[in-house]
Parts: sequence; C-alpha cells; structure tokens
Amino acid sequence: MTTVPQTRAIATPARDSLRTPLLFLGMGVLLVLTGFLMGANYALLVVNMGLVSAIMALGVNLQWGFAGLFNIGVMGFLALGGLAAVLIAMPPVTEAWAAGGLRILLGLLLGAATVVLLVLLRMRMAPSRRRMAVMIAVGIAGFVLFRRVIDPGIVAVEAVTPAATGYLGGLGLPVLLAWPAGGLLAAGAAWLIGKTALGLRSDYLAIATLGIAEIILAVLKNEDWLARGVKNVIGIPRPVPREIDLQRSPDFVEQAARFGLNAVDASKIWVNLLYMLLILAVLGLVLLLSQLALKSPWGRMVRAIRDNEVAAEAMGKDVTARHLQIFVLGSAVIGIAGAIMVTLDGQLTPGSYQPLRYTFLIWVMVIVGGSGNNWGAILGGLLIWWLWVIVAPLGQLVFGSLATMMPEGSFMAQRLADAGEQMRLLTMGVVLLLVLRFSPRGLIPER
Amino acid sequence: MDLLNALVVFLNFVFVPAVSYGAQLALGALGVTLIYGILRFSNFAHGDTMAFGTAITILCTFGLQALGITFGPLPTALLALPVGIVATALLLLGTDRVVYRFYRERKAAPVILVIVSMGVMFVMNGIVRFIIGVGDVTFADGARFLVSARGFQEWSGLEEGLAIRSSQAITVVTAAIAVALLFWFLNHTRTGKSMRAFSDNEDLALLSGINPERVVAITWIIVAALATTAGVLYGLDKSFKAFTYFQLLLPIFAAAIVGGLGNPLGAIAGGFVIAFSEVMLTYAWRKVVLYALPEGWAPDGLLQLMSTEYKFAVSFAILIIVLLFRPTGLFRGQSV
Repeated sequence: MTTVPQTRAIATPARDSLRTPLLFLGMGVLLVLTGFLMGANYALLVVNMGLVSAIMALGVNLQWGFAGLFNIGVMGFLALGGLAAVLIAMPPVTEAWAAGGLRILLGLLLGAATVVLLVLLRMRMAPSRRRMAVMIAVGIAGFVLFRRVIDPGIVAVEAVTPAATGYLGGLGLPVLLAWPAGGLLAAGAAWLIGKTALGLRSDYLAIATLGIAEIILAVLKNEDWLARGVKNVIGIPRPVPREIDLQRSPDFVEQAARFGLNAVDASKIWVNLLYMLLILAVLGLVLLLSQLALKSPWGRMVRAIRDNEVAAEAMGKDVTARHLQIFVLGSAVIGIAGAIMVTLDGQLTPGSYQPLRYTFLIWVMVIVGGSGNNWGAILGGLLIWWLWVIVAPLGQLVFGSLATMMPEGSFMAQRLADAGEQMRLLTMGVVLLLVLRFSPRGLIPER
Repeated sequence: MDLLNALVVFLNFVFVPAVSYGAQLALGALGVTLIYGILRFSNFAHGDTMAFGTAITILCTFGLQALGITFGPLPTALLALPVGIVATALLLLGTDRVVYRFYRERKAAPVILVIVSMGVMFVMNGIVRFIIGVGDVTFADGARFLVSARGFQEWSGLEEGLAIRSSQAITVVTAAIAVALLFWFLNHTRTGKSMRAFSDNEDLALLSGINPERVVAITWIIVAALATTAGVLYGLDKSFKAFTYFQLLLPIFAAAIVGGLGNPLGAIAGGFVIAFSEVMLTYAWRKVVLYALPEGWAPDGLLQLMSTEYKFAVSFAILIIVLLFRPTGLFRGQSV
C-alpha cells in the first residue's frame, strides 16, 4: 500500500510543545466538570473505561498509525482478551472436566493436528492433482474424526448443571494474570490470522479482519462449553477488595469519616481508584514501550515501510515479517485491554460485543486523536469515550423535552424519545467526518 | 421415488433459499462493485445505505397500507420501492456533495476514502435507527406462497413438499429485471458507455470529454436503486433489522471480492457462490441422505458441517481461499 505523501505543517517548536499538555489539561477539566455534575464515582467510572479505551487505541495506533495495517477486527481481539479473564480466573468445574473435559481437549488437539498436517502437506508436496486429492482426503478425515471425538464431550460438559455452569471453567488463578494471558491469546490468534491474511491488499485485509472478528464472536456465543456462550459468565474474581467488605471493616469506615464521606460512597470511590492505578500502570507500560519502539531504528523502519512499501523492500527490509510482527504486537495490546475490560465489568457477555462499539469506535479514537502519535491515541481514547458516554443522556435531555411537545403517544414522540440513544452513533460519525475534513492528522498530529 | 423425494428436499431447503439469498447478495455486491469501479474505494456504508432505503420504503409501505392501498397478491413494498430509491438517491448525492467530493478533488488515497466511509456508516446507522428504531420489522404482505408445500404434495403425490414463498419468487424476478436493466444501460447507452470508459481508464475518459461529476452522480443514483432493491428484497424474504443489515456488509463484500471488485458480472457470480456455500455448509443433510441412500445405510448424525451461526465463517473462508489462489477474484477485477 502506498499513501499520498502528506504535506507537513511547519509548526513553531513553542506551539508544538504546548499543544499536547494543553489538550490533556482541557480533557482533565472536562472530566472534573463531569465529576462535579454527575458525582465523583461516575466520573471515575468514565475515566477508568476511558483509560482502557486508551490502551485499545494504542494497540490500533500501533497497527494503523505506525505500520498502516488496516485491522477492523478489533472486536475479535478484545473478546479473546475477555475470554482469557474467564479461562484464567474462574474456578475449574471439576464435574465438567470429569464428564468430558479431556475428550474436548483431545478433540481440539486432533483438529489442530489436522490443520498442521494440511499445512505441512501443502509445503512438502509438489503442486499437483495428487497433492490436492491427498489434502482433501486428509481434511475430510480429520474433520470427521474431530467431530466424532469432540461432539460427545461437548454434550456431556454442557449437561453439567447448565443453569449455573455447563462449561469447563477456568484455572482458578489470580485475575491479574489474565491480563498478560489475554494479550498472549490475542497475539496467538493474530499470528495465525496474519500468516493467512496479511498478504492481502489493504481493503481486502480490512474485510478479512472484519470477518475474523465475527467468527471469533460466533465461537464465543455458540461454544457453551468454553465460556457459557450467551448465558454469560458472571462473578469473575476481582483484583481489588469488594465494596461490601470495605463497608464492613471498621478501619475503612473510620478513614472515610476522616475525609467526611459516608462508607458506601467512599468504598465505591476507593475501589475505582484502585482499578485506576492498575489500569494506569498497564497504560504507562504500554505507552513507554510504544514510545521507545517508535523512536528506535525498528520504529523508523516500520514507518518507512508504511510510507513507501516498495522503496523499503528495495532497501532490503522484510516487509511481510515486519507486518506480521506489528499485527501480533498491536493485537496483543488490544487483547490486554479486552481482559482489563472484562475484569472491570466482572463478567463476560459475548452478546454485548458489537462492531460499531468495539471496532469502529476505537478507530474513531485513533483518527481523532492523531494516528501515528501515541499521546494522540490516549487523548482520543479518553475524549471519544467521554463523548460516547455523555452524548446519550444529553441527547435524552434534548430530545426528551422535544418529545413532550409532540402529541402524547404519537409516532414522532416515540421516535424522539428513543433518539437520545441513537445520537451516539450520529455524533461519532459527524466527529470523525469533521476531523477527517478539517484536521486530517488528528488533534495531536504525528511528529 | 426416493431419489425424487431427496431432490425435492434439496430444492426446498437448499436450492430455493440459496437462489433468493444469492440474488439479494448479488444486487448488494453490484452496488459495492460499481462504487469501487467508478469512485475507487470500498464503501463500508453500503449495508447502512441498504438499511436506509429499506427503512424509507417500509415507512411508505405502512403509509400506503394505512390508506388502504395494496398491490393485490404482490407485496405493497414494491409500490413503495420507487419512493425509497428516490430518497436513497438524494441521500447519497447529498453525501457525495458534502463528504466525498472534497476527497475526490484532492485525489486522496483510497484508504482515506474507506475511513471516510466509516464515518458515513456511523451517521447513516444513526439516521436509520432514528427513523425506524432498532427492533425487528416485518412488512411483507400479499400472497404468502407461490407454491405451497401441501399443494405441491397433492399435485406430485410425493411425501415431501416443495414450498416457494412469493417473496423468493419476487426476489429472483426483480433481481433479474434489475440486472438486465443495468447491463443494458452499461452496454447500450451513451452514459453507460462513458461510465465503463471512466472505470477502465480515468485519464483517457477525461481527455475524451467525459464529465466526471456526471458519471459519479449517475453511479450514486444506480447504487441507490440497487441497494434499496436489495435491501427491500432481503427484508421481504426475512425481516428488517438495522443491525442485520450492517452485518450483511461481510457476505456482500465477500461476494464482490470473490467475483473481482469492479466487475459487475463477477459480483453476480460471487453473490451466488457465497449464498450457495453458506446454505450448503450450514444445512443438516440428514433428510436428503435418508431418502437418497438405501434403507439401513442411514447415518445417525445430523450431517450438518457447521451450525448456522457460523455462516460468516463460510463467507470468510471462501474469500480467503479465492484470494489465495486468484488474488483479483474469479473474474478479473481491478485493483488500486
């Protein structure tokens, strides 16, 4: 892919160095205002999810901003990260393991072995009709064997107290381990996908990743033995104390009273603050690594490939390998964010993953913030998430009052009453279009 | 006799649904492919364009029904279709004027236009949900069946029935008419020829005095007609839901890419390839096999390769396989 060379504005250094802090200051003011209007706890919730969104945006920025990879399968990698939270932190369901866990594992191994065998056959045999026939035969045999082994196992596992479990459960490890595990899971999937799809042209790659995200979601929704499908896994263990325990502890109540807060409010704020510290630690680490990568020779090479693939290849750079590398790294970051998000919610609800919210909104964050700039991605994450949260009640307010002017129960009144929610999508679209038109390099442009 | 029954089951559950679904996909893919050929970008807002046209048509249908106007045995929506097409054409022309033209004049990279179309997708999605809400809307009326299962059984004396819903028949007939009109237009009119010339070689077309803005405007109008027709036919066949139409983007793009982006014939072929593979791979073949095999040979499973929820996997797999072996699609497409 080649992009049109952009004309770079020559900004004065003083203005340039002030722009980023000022924008972040403005963002802080917005969040503090939200806190005053809607309560500190609400503002903290918005900030926490905004910070998680910032991590997602960093991941997408790594792929799109640095390397020009057009990945619109963000939702899929987020969901895989969320799956990791279940697989790591939930206690194992021993009955289900006894009923058919090993059978399922064996089935999965057989399936993987079939795929590996097919790939090996394709690589080792000379292209011919015979190779085709052998591959088809192996594929069909492998598929039948896979279904024969795995199907009874799935039925048995899903029959174990389906109302409460009906799945294999997880490893019962501390939930914080799920964050790196989510990254690893997403990275593994990204490697497999990248191996097959990265050779494609940019818009073909986009459609392919869109499809992959839908497939990952389909698996999560339908394979009940894995994570209960649309029945959701709730009550995922938390890395921070529960509010109710804090309210019962006399020490905490005393401390809260010293700040002039009642125990209930204080416990919520304290828990959210703890979460914020954890998320900030991850965000800081990802940002640091991304900045170092961006400034390293490796980062310069990746950007050179983005700006002119042909020239970079002529210089002896391995374009395909770099693309695969950065696709895996970016997806890993997205996976980590996905695991954090599920930890924050305490539940995995595959039915709630929608591409507009979890893929395209993240893209809006990156484009609005400034693709190619890590600080921009973070600002975009915070700002767009804040807007997304704030537009719905605001729209409700505006359209709700409009609806009361219409005749009671009329078609228009009904439409207007529902309109607040739909305003989100409209606003996001308008914001994206305005930024693309009037400030195509985003709020904090790449340097 | 048993083989005949097997054939009827196959026709009823695989062939007829796949043909009508394929026709809907083909119409959608034609829109995508035309935009790609003339404007040279992948339009992510296409699913929502379909949804918008359908939503307007549905509102108009409800209006007509309230006035007591129906279309006899045919669905009233067909009467309302022109209104939907005009509204969609106006919306697309307006979008082009406000949004896309700016980037066209700047000769922006195709990938920028794709991102722009994401913004348009958000806006259209919001508009559609505002107009008609997020729920399921059914708007089919008129005769339900062209051939009913019972009528077929009585006529043929077979155990199995063959049902052809009128929506399926209408889909195929309407799609055939639309495609015939499109190809006649592209091949036999001055404007159509100038469109093809523009698609083949923009600079040469400009040199020979073709007005690019006119070509673009006509493309949008044709795309509006195709998208609205595809959306209304899909809605008549199944039902209308804003989110489902957004999701149609995947099989539609798969169809257009498999056929070769920018190639109208390819889009039609691609639509049917995707539809048939989706239906055949997610259908439980047990009943067909029971009839086709001698007694006692019957398998005990459902013989379903994958559950229906994995139909996206099929579109995707075909897309990847075709692209690995023929990178520009089955019919030679363009690439920018």
